[in-house]
Amino acid sequence: MDGKYRQVAYYPGCALEGTGHAYNRSTKAVGKALGLDLVELNNWNCCGAMEVKNVDPKLQTYLSARNLSIAEQMGFDTVMAPCNGCYHNLKKAEYDLAHDPASREVNQRLSKKAGHGNYEAGKVETIHALDWIKHSLGEEGLRARVKHSLKGLKVANYYGCMYTRPRHIFPEKDKGPGSESTSKPHFMDDLLAAAGADNVDYPLKTACCGGAHTLSDSDTSTKLVLNLLETAEACGADVIATECPTCHTGLEMHQVRAEKVFGRKTKVKILYFTQLLGVALGLSPRKVGVHENMSESRDLLREKGLA
Amino acid sequence: MPIHEKSLIRRENLVSQDKLVLDGIDVSGHWSTFIENRSVTDYNEALQEEIAALPGGEFIHRCWQCGSCTNACTVNAINPDFNPRYWIYLIRMGLEAELLRDKDIIWQCVSCNKCTYACPRDVNPEGVMKATAHWLELKGHTEKKPSMIFDEEFTEQIVMTGRIEDGKVLRRFLAETGQPLLQDWLVALVRGLVFRLPVTLLAKLGLATLFHPRTRGWGASRRAIEEFIDERHRADRKALGLDIQGAE
Repeated sequence: MDGKYRQVAYYPGCALEGTGHAYNRSTKAVGKALGLDLVELNNWNCCGAMEVKNVDPKLQTYLSARNLSIAEQMGFDTVMAPCNGCYHNLKKAEYDLAHDPASREVNQRLSKKAGHGNYEAGKVETIHALDWIKHSLGEEGLRARVKHSLKGLKVANYYGCMYTRPRHIFPEKDKGPGSESTSKPHFMDDLLAAAGADNVDYPLKTACCGGAHTLSDSDTSTKLVLNLLETAEACGADVIATECPTCHTGLEMHQVRAEKVFGRKTKVKILYFTQLLGVALGLSPRKVGVHENMSESRDLLREKGLA
Repeated sequence: MPIHEKSLIRRENLVSQDKLVLDGIDVSGHWSTFIENRSVTDYNEALQEEIAALPGGEFIHRCWQCGSCTNACTVNAINPDFNPRYWIYLIRMGLEAELLRDKDIIWQCVSCNKCTYACPRDVNPEGVMKATAHWLELKGHTEKKPSMIFDEEFTEQIVMTGRIEDGKVLRRFLAETGQPLLQDWLVALVRGLVFRLPVTLLAKLGLATLFHPRTRGWGASRRAIEEFIDERHRADRKALGLDIQGAE
């Protein structure tokens, strides 16, 4: 709306270079189609994902802060991370550096030893891909650019855990009209509705997919994912829109696993919200990496006249 | 109030008389059920402090036992024995023997942070779960759980290269936990992928397994992180009164 994120630093993170490649491709393609510039962080490192904090949260803060210091050094005041894990960790680092002297001390010490700039809280704002599009164009701006309306496509919007929890690391959320809600997030719903999609009322928007234990406790993850998939189908959704590579991969993997191991088959499709937006903006499914997903959704897009 | 001492109503702690008449009233069978007398003497008075000394456990002393964490818990919904509120109670009371009954499920916390979101006292129950799982391993009560193996494998890769390559994490994790790489659901996934993925991307993913993605100039960060992890291990072991060298 105010176009303040016309050019931002881009932090893809490890997942978007591996299993979440389709998210990377579609995010870049949508940015290009909307005239929004992404400048990838030079020589970024892993944010610590969901694992390093279990060794020590301060180490995770350091890893994330290193990326923020790169953004600062490159002259950016905003970094956009499409991955929920990266987004969450950068936000958490920002919070910890502002509020916890011990985290600040560890970050200073490690940055000095590693020989790079010490990031201090307040210099760089971290945003999600949802904030990026929502705040640069808004629904009106997006609606004006839609070439193939998603009309007739029933979408369950799934945000997962790390986008809204814990709330204290997202000080800009829950600020009333126009801001994102941590209990009932709606930015993805808003954007896809602007692209013409029929959002279904999905009660598990912020439920957990068990992504942290996708491999180490597969049965738990499969049960959680199966619940998400079956509920989406019960709500009448054709497709679950995702905004996190871990959730997305988890849903795809455990959809197969639920069928093979538990004998429970579900047919609902899984697409990144950027893939749906891209198709609505007139990009081909190939351009937004639909063929790179583990699950097959091209038949659905064809059936709805979108491919 | 939640039932804190649910151990008291376990079957083995209940006694009933098959034949009992009191004041002329027949109270045989379950009419005479009562909880057996007991006295607890094996409190571990240091338990709360030990958990609080590990990363994530710092705020356990704030807990009011409202039960919001368990009410919100993702894992509790599929396994009622997974009960953060109860474990926090046991830790604060020093009831170590009771806590150890659940030692093999505490690691299953999925870190969804619903408990932390719901907690009115900022206990950070998610952190307490991780600290408790860590404590169980450090004290030798449990073997290394799959999630810890995964965390360490992951962390090691980041320390070494600055980045993660998911295929390598998968392969090494399956190898270390003794699972076959060719599980039928994984095979089904990969087969679907190979048929559809463009050759260029397959080649790129294949190359990534030969030339691991890494952050340039990572050496100095790597040394700084290794020193820090070492320092952290020592601090953890010291807090639990364990030999500093340990079984690393």
